[in-house]
Amino acid sequence: MSRRAFFNSLLEGGDWVTVYFTKNTLNQSKELSDKWEEEVRQTVARTPDQKARCSTVSDLEIKRLYTPEDIEKTDFARDIGVPGEFPFLRGNQATGYRGRYWTFRMFSGMGSAKDTNARWHMLLKEGNAGLSTAFDFPTLMGYDSDSPKARGECGRCGVAIDTLDDFRTLMEGIPMDKVTTSMTINPPATALWAMYCAAAESKGVSLAQIGGTIQNDMLKEFIAQKTFMCPPEPSVRLISDTVEFGTKYVPNWNTISISGYHIREAGSTAIQELAFTLRDGIEYVEDVIRRKGLDVDEFAPRLSFFFNAHIDFFEEICKMRAARRIWARVMRDRFHAKNPRSWWMRFHTQTAGCSLTAQQPYNNVVRTAVEALAAVLGGTQSLHTNSLDEVLCLPSDHAVEIALRTQQILAEETGVANTIDPLAGSYFVESLTNKMEEEAWAYIEKIDAMGGMVAAIEKGFPQLEIADAAYRFQQQIDAGEKTMVGVNKYANSAKQEIPVQDINPQVEEEQIARLAAVKRRRDSRAVKRDLDELKSACKTGKNVMPFCIQAVKDLATVQEICDVYREAFGEYRDPGLY
Amino acid sequence: MAEKKIRIMVAKPGLDGHDRGARILARCFRDAGFEVIYTGCHQTPEQIAAAAIQEDVDIVGLSCLSGAHRYLFPRVVEVLKEKGAADITVIGGGIIPDQDFPRLYDAGIKAIFTPGATLEAIIDWIRTNIKPRG
Repeated sequence: MSRRAFFNSLLEGGDWVTVYFTKNTLNQSKELSDKWEEEVRQTVARTPDQKARCSTVSDLEIKRLYTPEDIEKTDFARDIGVPGEFPFLRGNQATGYRGRYWTFRMFSGMGSAKDTNARWHMLLKEGNAGLSTAFDFPTLMGYDSDSPKARGECGRCGVAIDTLDDFRTLMEGIPMDKVTTSMTINPPATALWAMYCAAAESKGVSLAQIGGTIQNDMLKEFIAQKTFMCPPEPSVRLISDTVEFGTKYVPNWNTISISGYHIREAGSTAIQELAFTLRDGIEYVEDVIRRKGLDVDEFAPRLSFFFNAHIDFFEEICKMRAARRIWARVMRDRFHAKNPRSWWMRFHTQTAGCSLTAQQPYNNVVRTAVEALAAVLGGTQSLHTNSLDEVLCLPSDHAVEIALRTQQILAEETGVANTIDPLAGSYFVESLTNKMEEEAWAYIEKIDAMGGMVAAIEKGFPQLEIADAAYRFQQQIDAGEKTMVGVNKYANSAKQEIPVQDINPQVEEEQIARLAAVKRRRDSRAVKRDLDELKSACKTGKNVMPFCIQAVKDLATVQEICDVYREAFGEYRDPGLY
Repeated sequence: MAEKKIRIMVAKPGLDGHDRGARILARCFRDAGFEVIYTGCHQTPEQIAAAAIQEDVDIVGLSCLSGAHRYLFPRVVEVLKEKGAADITVIGGGIIPDQDFPRLYDAGIKAIFTPGATLEAIIDWIRTNIKPRG
């Protein structure tokens, strides 16, 4: 039986499905609901509803009231349970946030490695618990600062890193055996992770001691974010290399952060974010098992996820709860993982950049706070809260501080961390969680039928599903069916001026000069030898990681390593679907 | 004879992959009855100018959210001029701080649309300012 058919059979109820409520409660509920419905009919006849149809930001229709009947087929142990136990609906940790809060992990990076290092020291001093690196576009795309393609981009959207020299500056004074670092890096992930490993070693910190995450999720790049380099198949192979290397030598590293964030930012619905992300995860697991011959329990516990916390409060909470339950079922039933840690879905969350408005930017503080609360109630392991000015520029120190304080207020003042998964058992929350799981399975099975995610991407399937959803949302905004305060409602012409953080154009010049100096200083014969060896590893299927580490130690640049990949695997071009 | 349609190229210069806005606009322009060419992400200004000439478009709409518009937008106008296609109108949008507007206008960008610009306003501007070439 397919996973979805199985799920539906549960919803329809079999003989062995226990009933969540007593017959008496259900009868009472039915009786009272009938009465209430009559009352509603009469009231609406007198005073019509403000909207004919209420739906989430993803346009999922929501009923006026949820009752026990909406979740009557629930089996408590199978579907809800307790935190720290299968199906992990209620969270991974038995102690919830009492043991420790989620990690306050603010994403940051701008200008030169030195500029970003200064921001990191500020964040750590203010109570940020983990680092998270934003690289500039040339670094993200595998180009050096002196490439013609990099003109005008250096240091603008993140920090510019060309060689291990820059990376050492970035990590100056950061205790790499204590602080965990996340790096949002995809096509050049092997090169940047190699730099992290080499920088740690040069500080006397071993690979077994370092902890962190590389995003390293290429499938969502083809689907949504468009930071791609090589075609999908070899891109997945490089990812499997990192998973294998991490499993053997860097046991505390999360080698993939399977990301829904960018899928959502590109305009998907919450269900699409959930489904495509989990299907991407399935694709990676399948590839590692097939290509590397690892047992699923050897590497699955280090897989991590990354979700968006959008503005629709309950939809987000239900999405995160459903995500944990689906993944647990996928790992146990599809991949036959035995280790409960393999069933866990650990995830980072970032509030939704696309929900913020350039108009009346101070309102963004409120949006971010609500989204962060949803992430906490959804049980996130770590969180980035956007700064109010991120729609306009890189965040200023002051705006970042407010965003970080938002998390601290949630954790330490509001009391929401006192008890675990406080919304469990709500008719609405459980019903919406079930609905999202069911619809996600439908997508997952559709993609299975297409032959997997790489095949679906080649058909343009997820890309066009997202494009449709994004377009529909924009039309709803333009028609006033959905509201964005300050944009299509309550707009005013008085401009709120906020200080805009700028990047000095000198950053580019100085970075290019630094790179030139490194190129002159290094042993270019060693670099050439390293790159040749890397190329041969690409061709023979040997794991590229040891070769990358050697190359970065000899000061090979990010682009030089990526050019080897481009030559070995070819380049992927945006098909330009819209 | 049927009225000649406006031909527009929606282009993403630079390394930025934030294409949600560009793709929505491409659809809107199509729905508005324009002939639309969308370049996809990661185009150099040189590639965009060459494609605009090759496709004989009336107007190029550039979208950039990475902050690199200061170099990329003027460069597209410059290359079009070098290739004798100064008559192709160039407009742009994205995350463009107010303080950058004067230098972009001076460089020959004819209009700039930032967050909050409605699809209708953008289409109106194009209909008013662009006459399809015969």
